[in-house]
Amino acid sequence: MSSLSERPQQAVVGLPLPHESAALHVTGQALYTDDFVVRTKDVLHAWPVQSPHTHARITDLRVKPAYDVPGVVRVLTGDDVPGVNDAGVKHDEPLFPTEAMFHGHAICWVLAESLEAARLGAAAVEVDYEPLDSLVTVREAIAAGSFQGTGRHLARGDVEAAFASAAYVFDGEFEFAGQEHFYLETHSALSLVDENGQIFVQSSTQHPSETQEIVAHVLGVPSHEVTVQCLRMGGGFGGKEMQPHGFAAIAALGATLTGRPVRLRLNRTQDITMSGKRHGFHSAWRAGFDDDGHLIALDATLTADGGWSLDLSEPVLARAMCHIDNSYRIPNVRVDGRIAKTNKTSQTAFRGFGGPQGMIVVEDILGRCAPMLGYDGTELRRRNLYRVGDTTPYGQPVRHADRLESCWTQVSGNGDVVRRRAEIEAFNATHPHTKRALAMTPVKFGISFNLTAFNQAGALVHVYKDGSVLINHGGTEMGQGLHTKMLQVAATTLGLPLARVRLAPTRTDKVPNTSATAASSGADLNGAAIKNACEQIRDRLAQVAGGKLGIGPHDVRFVEGQVSGLSGDSLSWDELVHTAYHQRVQLWAAGFYRTEGLHWDANAMRGEPFKYFAYGVAAAEVEVDGFSGAYTLRRVDIVHDVGDSLSPLIDIGQIEGGFVQGTGWLTLEDLRWDESDGPHRGRLATQAASTYKLPSFSEMPAEFNVNLLEKAHEDGAVYGSKAVGEPPLMLAFAVREALRQAAAAFGPAGTSVDLASPATPEAVYWALDRARSSVGSEPLETSGV
Amino acid sequence: MSTTTTQAPSITVNGEQTTIGDVAVHTTVLDWLRDRGLTGAKEGCAEGECGACSVLVARPGTDSPTEWTAVNACLLPVASLDGQEVITSEGLGTPADLHPVQQELAVRGGSQCGYCTPGFVCSMAAEFYRSTRTTANGHSDHEHGPNGFDLHALSGNLCRCTGYRPIRDAAYALGEPALNDALAARRSAPPPPPAATAIAVDGAEFLRPAGLPEVLDLLAECPEAQIVAGSTDVGVEVNLRGVRKPLIVAVDRLTELREFSFGPDEIRIGAALTLSELERLLAGRVPLLAHLFPQFASRLIRNGATIGGNLGTASPIGDTPPALLALDASLVLSSRRGERIVPLADYFTGYRETLKAPDELIRTIVVPLPLEPVTAFHKIAKRRFDDISSVAVGYAVDVADGVVRRARIGLGGVAATPLRAVATEQALIGKPWTERTVREAAAVMAAEGTPMDDHRASSSYRSAMLGQSLLRFYAEGVGA
Repeated sequence: MSSLSERPQQAVVGLPLPHESAALHVTGQALYTDDFVVRTKDVLHAWPVQSPHTHARITDLRVKPAYDVPGVVRVLTGDDVPGVNDAGVKHDEPLFPTEAMFHGHAICWVLAESLEAARLGAAAVEVDYEPLDSLVTVREAIAAGSFQGTGRHLARGDVEAAFASAAYVFDGEFEFAGQEHFYLETHSALSLVDENGQIFVQSSTQHPSETQEIVAHVLGVPSHEVTVQCLRMGGGFGGKEMQPHGFAAIAALGATLTGRPVRLRLNRTQDITMSGKRHGFHSAWRAGFDDDGHLIALDATLTADGGWSLDLSEPVLARAMCHIDNSYRIPNVRVDGRIAKTNKTSQTAFRGFGGPQGMIVVEDILGRCAPMLGYDGTELRRRNLYRVGDTTPYGQPVRHADRLESCWTQVSGNGDVVRRRAEIEAFNATHPHTKRALAMTPVKFGISFNLTAFNQAGALVHVYKDGSVLINHGGTEMGQGLHTKMLQVAATTLGLPLARVRLAPTRTDKVPNTSATAASSGADLNGAAIKNACEQIRDRLAQVAGGKLGIGPHDVRFVEGQVSGLSGDSLSWDELVHTAYHQRVQLWAAGFYRTEGLHWDANAMRGEPFKYFAYGVAAAEVEVDGFSGAYTLRRVDIVHDVGDSLSPLIDIGQIEGGFVQGTGWLTLEDLRWDESDGPHRGRLATQAASTYKLPSFSEMPAEFNVNLLEKAHEDGAVYGSKAVGEPPLMLAFAVREALRQAAAAFGPAGTSVDLASPATPEAVYWALDRARSSVGSEPLETSGV
Repeated sequence: MSTTTTQAPSITVNGEQTTIGDVAVHTTVLDWLRDRGLTGAKEGCAEGECGACSVLVARPGTDSPTEWTAVNACLLPVASLDGQEVITSEGLGTPADLHPVQQELAVRGGSQCGYCTPGFVCSMAAEFYRSTRTTANGHSDHEHGPNGFDLHALSGNLCRCTGYRPIRDAAYALGEPALNDALAARRSAPPPPPAATAIAVDGAEFLRPAGLPEVLDLLAECPEAQIVAGSTDVGVEVNLRGVRKPLIVAVDRLTELREFSFGPDEIRIGAALTLSELERLLAGRVPLLAHLFPQFASRLIRNGATIGGNLGTASPIGDTPPALLALDASLVLSSRRGERIVPLADYFTGYRETLKAPDELIRTIVVPLPLEPVTAFHKIAKRRFDDISSVAVGYAVDVADGVVRRARIGLGGVAATPLRAVATEQALIGKPWTERTVREAAAVMAAEGTPMDDHRASSSYRSAMLGQSLLRFYAEGVGA
């Protein structure tokens, strides 16, 4: 067992604690970026001028009429940028564009005394556009050869030989939709400049260091003149990894130019029409199976719809390609990946980061092919699961592959799957207008940033003279419970009750050069950095305690605020800290962590990019109405591998929430752009909560059983835990596959069902209608007259 | 700025009387609260869909004098709460002294990012205090807790983090309010009476006249006045489309618009009754409407939205018109010129256009009795709770001796207006109630209207759903 993963007795990690801010959340006292506005004097409000064209050159921009609107103070345009006019890191995202690249693109920003004045000011700005041809769909981009960034190629084995030897070869195309993050808190930033010219930005950002960098380069100042703080976010899900930078930069630019605090908060419509989303993809595939249902060859071309600029599309594509195997052994693989450039929002990170888009391709293949191979989908999946000793197509050993089987067996048992499938069969035989189905799907998800450099983190831990502890780290809190876990890690390492440790807001002037809180790695990286800082302090204190207790420092134990040796003599933590201060011992430390053992050749798409894999299995039962395609989620059983949990209540919350969010992506959430040639071409038609529907109470499973895989120690991570943020999202494939099977149950046995994604009631209706029409119409049973 | 009022308009917020002050008349309750430092309530969507802005208002109850009623603060103009009592998440409890609802949510992992949480707290508190909720009955299913908690109380609150399970568990774990609970005690006294409000700021006015004659006078003189009741539609126009009407006239508290009587020949429903109030008053006596209510938007919206408002906006995808068309309802339209009765079937004349003259107000909805024996309401939508119809169908049919005697079918979502499926009705009336008749009529029904393609559904799905709806109506049995 590694020292990183070893967990002491009476550890605070592992206790099921509620979120550290729960009492603030429920009483409305928890503060979010925009809540600081009323607490700040003389704030100016920002409003964008958005393009009504999907692609157009800006031929003239007249801001003067805005100044005639009472309350308007300043209009920000490209001419105001002292540094680099760019909101991203790829230098392809002008903060103030000269060409509108998508419908809703912000052209300039109006600052005013009130939000109302800013809105009216923005409406008064006159922009002349010369409309240009646009590409709205990924198919249009493919046809036009419109791509961006670097395409990738991943290969193993001999695909063509395998197809030649395969008993069955199928091919198909599958296009699936993206997803809007719909964090409840929209993008927001509040910036002010202090007496010394220091620029402070309160930002709802998952990546404060990068927000700081972008603000600095837009303003043309060094990073040390900019401080970014994030108390907490009202949800992030990847949507605040790259996207907040430009908004923070607008607020900071406005603050430096006016000398007044500037608040920028997007309303929902602005947020949906301006910020990036999960990438939709197009895939074309060929799959070969042997006589025993083993997937022996897969050839696929993945085209990610990147939108108008690169953003994170390249790493998203790489992760999609690295997850096309999901949990299945595929000896011969060839995957080509490329990024389409379209006139849409610039698509970005979203929980799973390409993983879901890779996995859905193989899950769709298995779901469609199973009936043609004579297998039930669940049985076909189990046959193809990775076994101990297998490696992924990019050459990484699948360590702990046996956990897939363990999760599978436990879900089967907990969910009473054999009995329920028999019940479902009986139900379906007697219900011509309603069909049920149960499907099981696995998840294997690689943990670490694909880009090796991001796998580092820092922390700053202070022990004050009175023994109280303050921790800082580079991770951000977006609801995932990172801060709760970090408090538990610090208390565990220092052997203190939780109440002695307090956490200060994430700020770039405390811990610099941090990575985004993303890739599910927040607890792994920051937890290890905090542990490292606490260990430095603890080791110094052990020297002091050893001297007082007359024992060697290695024999000193820190447990629940008492410091003792084997002899039974002890002193209190507070007493020890007091003594150490007077001995002039440093009571604070900076901690650092970098993940060891990673290597990745991005060009060859080979290596070991992941520290470990997180595993899980879900079983979902649905009921589908044959008249409408409407469905309900009757029951879900999950067993998921989070290692030895740092915080079980938090982890179960992540699994449940991720699962429902994944179910939303796959079944309900329906991004619709106007793809017509009409006047609104390229406009997002679903730009509000009333048209873009998130899962509500009616979509949660009626019965929802989530269990953590037991005895799941992970040797390579802090206190034996595993990451949890993203992997459970992909457990939702079970719902989609159950819907496919229920639709198939309206047709004759062995019907292969092609199901659109998202599988809305309409999509399910067309699927079941096709299945049903292959047998002719059933007599209507009636209970009436 | 200048303000002219009869007396300084004010609201009692968390027990403290607070002057509304010199704010624009379109200012929402949410913005007003937040400007006063009460930032617990959040804006998540600004259109009454997410519930992050939910607050409690003391409103008239049907089973106790006052009910703590959860509403969307993002939709209501603050002027409309003049004289009223409001409770926010901050007023329910503090971190050191949590309200029972807050306690259950906090310890069970009911908050993750916490942004939606204050809204959930208020919606859940409203159900906690519902005077007809009882822990005694013990009946539970997946939409009702053993403590009588109706999950539909949370149908207008969205959470993007938790997956809802811990929130449901918190809701179902709630007990009865404590004996010394001040908000529980408040229910036994009447709510504040409606204030006669007149606010004018920067040339725009918000008026709440004391009686119907004054409203009709205003409409006669100023037909372009914006009538507002629950503001669930107007509020969206204000927030999302920047609509700023110079004159807003509130009618939701007028006693003349809040009548209710049942039988013997008709049901009379005041136009300003909210959907929630009507649901309680009808108490299941009109099965078609009982079936409709839980599918109409969310509890938060139903607590504000009025039945008159749903007809006044004349949206082709409003949920009540298909049902009321099937029930053969009529409208009483009032103006200074007098009253007239208009059959609902004649009322809709075009896209959001009606027979109602600019100076007229919907006063009463009249439903004739007896009701047809067989009724149903089918709503096709992406989401079961709180969604807008792709297609909605109301049925009222009488089958005697195996023959269809009468059939009225109301449709929504398939044309520029709600409409009666007249051709389908003709294909059924006088025919034997058999699968053959139904299949033939379903083919007719699938061709009713002129459904369009949009983001909610394709036109082909809408047409298919019309035919399928009739098949389902038959398959589910007429039970005559």
